[in-house]
Amino acid sequence: MTLHVENITWRVEEHTILRDVAVDVAAGELVGVLGPNGSGKSSLLRCIYRALKPDTGYITLDGDNVWDLDAREAARRTATVLQETPGEFEFVVWEMVLMGRTPHKSMFARENTEDHNLVESALDQVGMLSFADRSFSTLSGGEKQRVLIARALAQQARFLILDEPTNHLDVRYQLEILDLVRGLQVTTFTALHDLNLAATYCDRLYIMAEGEIVAAGTPDDVFQPALLRKVFGVEAEVQVHPRTGKLHIVFLPAHAASPPDPAPHEASASTVLVGGR
Amino acid sequence: MGAVVERPAQDQSETRPAPALKSKRRDARFPLVVLALVAALLVTLTLAVTIGPVAIAPFTVWQIALSRLTGLASGEWSAAHENIVWLIRLPRVFLAALVGAGLAVVGVAMQAAVRNPLADPYILGISSGASLAAVLVILLGVFKFFGIYSLSVAAFFGAVMSFVIVLTLAQHRGTLSPVRLILVGVALSYVLSAGTSFIIFRADDAEGIRSVLFWLQGSVAGAKWSYLTIPSVVVLIGTTYLVLQARPLNALIAGEETAISLGVNTNRFRRALMVVAAMITGVMVALAGAVGFVGLMMPHTVRLFVGSDHRRVLPVSLLAGAIFLVWVDVLARTIVQPEEMPLGVITGFIGGPFFIWLMRHRRDALGGGQS
Repeated sequence: MTLHVENITWRVEEHTILRDVAVDVAAGELVGVLGPNGSGKSSLLRCIYRALKPDTGYITLDGDNVWDLDAREAARRTATVLQETPGEFEFVVWEMVLMGRTPHKSMFARENTEDHNLVESALDQVGMLSFADRSFSTLSGGEKQRVLIARALAQQARFLILDEPTNHLDVRYQLEILDLVRGLQVTTFTALHDLNLAATYCDRLYIMAEGEIVAAGTPDDVFQPALLRKVFGVEAEVQVHPRTGKLHIVFLPAHAASPPDPAPHEASASTVLVGGR
Repeated sequence: MGAVVERPAQDQSETRPAPALKSKRRDARFPLVVLALVAALLVTLTLAVTIGPVAIAPFTVWQIALSRLTGLASGEWSAAHENIVWLIRLPRVFLAALVGAGLAVVGVAMQAAVRNPLADPYILGISSGASLAAVLVILLGVFKFFGIYSLSVAAFFGAVMSFVIVLTLAQHRGTLSPVRLILVGVALSYVLSAGTSFIIFRADDAEGIRSVLFWLQGSVAGAKWSYLTIPSVVVLIGTTYLVLQARPLNALIAGEETAISLGVNTNRFRRALMVVAAMITGVMVALAGAVGFVGLMMPHTVRLFVGSDHRRVLPVSLLAGAIFLVWVDVLARTIVQPEEMPLGVITGFIGGPFFIWLMRHRRDALGGGQS
């Protein structure tokens, strides 16, 4: 499955939320999109899974414009893992994952053994089979996330969209979830918050700021201190980690970010600054 | 309590035969639950007909019905009994069942459509529109030209009018958001209720006011066979549509964007749900007044037992709603004999405490998770 986003623009009244955004994801790639809050990451994803219709530009999946597909066909190609939960309504894990079969079933069809097997193997794949009869609302954040990924697997889509799948998770689950996604070898486009996770797991990255793509390429290409300063407003040092061989970004607090051997009055000024916060 | 700790248990479950999962067993068992409820409904209908100022044996009820339908059965019963069973009690009991079934099913659909457990069939202003129209008919004699059906016809048009107004005002950029629907519905209900109160307040017709209050609380008294065709057809069509849409309904309560990502055109689907709900509710209100409680609480009660999956909630709500309202009507016509109580008084007095009791004893199932 390949994704192509051709210069989409989306406005709400006079605010331009997305401006000429172009993205390509090749088959089998795991591509991340990063950016500060409000940079338009989620809006971009929402355009791809058809929750939003861009004003100009278009999006294709395997060469077909997503808005030319009917809703169910689009959902058979793209599975999306969001952070939405059923709220007041209780579902057991089994039912949550069985929902993934929705785009595959006509309204007269009943769930059959094949559907049940798909649900079971999806739950098994994310290590949640023993939770099948548990109420979804009683699960921890990491468990919920894995169930939602299982639902995407049961959906049998060949393209996966993830909206900050590691949000609010303990470190261990962050790694587990991304290891899991990586291991699926499904074409994936994911919004991420954590730059180090992105550097470790993604093949390529897009960096967004104020609705535009400001950098694109491999983690080595995009993670430059100057860019991090400009986009995220932080001082950072980018290193290659000796064990992973991946980039490692160390954020520098204000007092360490200033050049070495500061003049005494400068040092005290930055101390006051930190204390003042 | 992480994945690693749980993994041994998971390995065991892999080696177990397929039906080990409780959820799957529950699916397999579900037809039996429906059968049991159908049986309970038949018993309810029969017993409800036997109860009244003149007691009639259950077997006689069946004989009379059979002889009327097929002309085959014959036996020892008086013409008076036959008239009581066939002309008075059976249509009334059937109407109660239809209204209960219809409102319960619409309640399920509404709660899903606006993804709000406090929604009921009347959130689109349908009951207040119908009530205003009914008050106009009863107290001011408007719409007289419809004859004996003027009340029902006016109530139905009142319901449809308020539904159209709510739907139009709730539209924003071509979409119908749940929150807007609820807020516009509530606001319009206040306006229409104010109109109703104003007319009641200005009226000096004590008898008329009494029948208005009665109507506002709902009643199936005076039902005739001829009243049953339209609600039967509407409930049948509406429920069939909803049952066929059980999967999209599940997706919808899982979340707006989740539903979209599962291939549900939420905008179009929500609109269709509104139309079906308004159609059923409008007919029910026109025939039986604004019966409260059933459409709000029956879906919750059912969910406490069978979970949120609409493939189970819809058929069970249909049957449970029918059974519930038949018994409510039995009480309504017996506790203050020979007077009648409006249905809303009974549903409120009995249903409310029952629901609270149920919720406290099964709190694991409602918002508390599994313990």
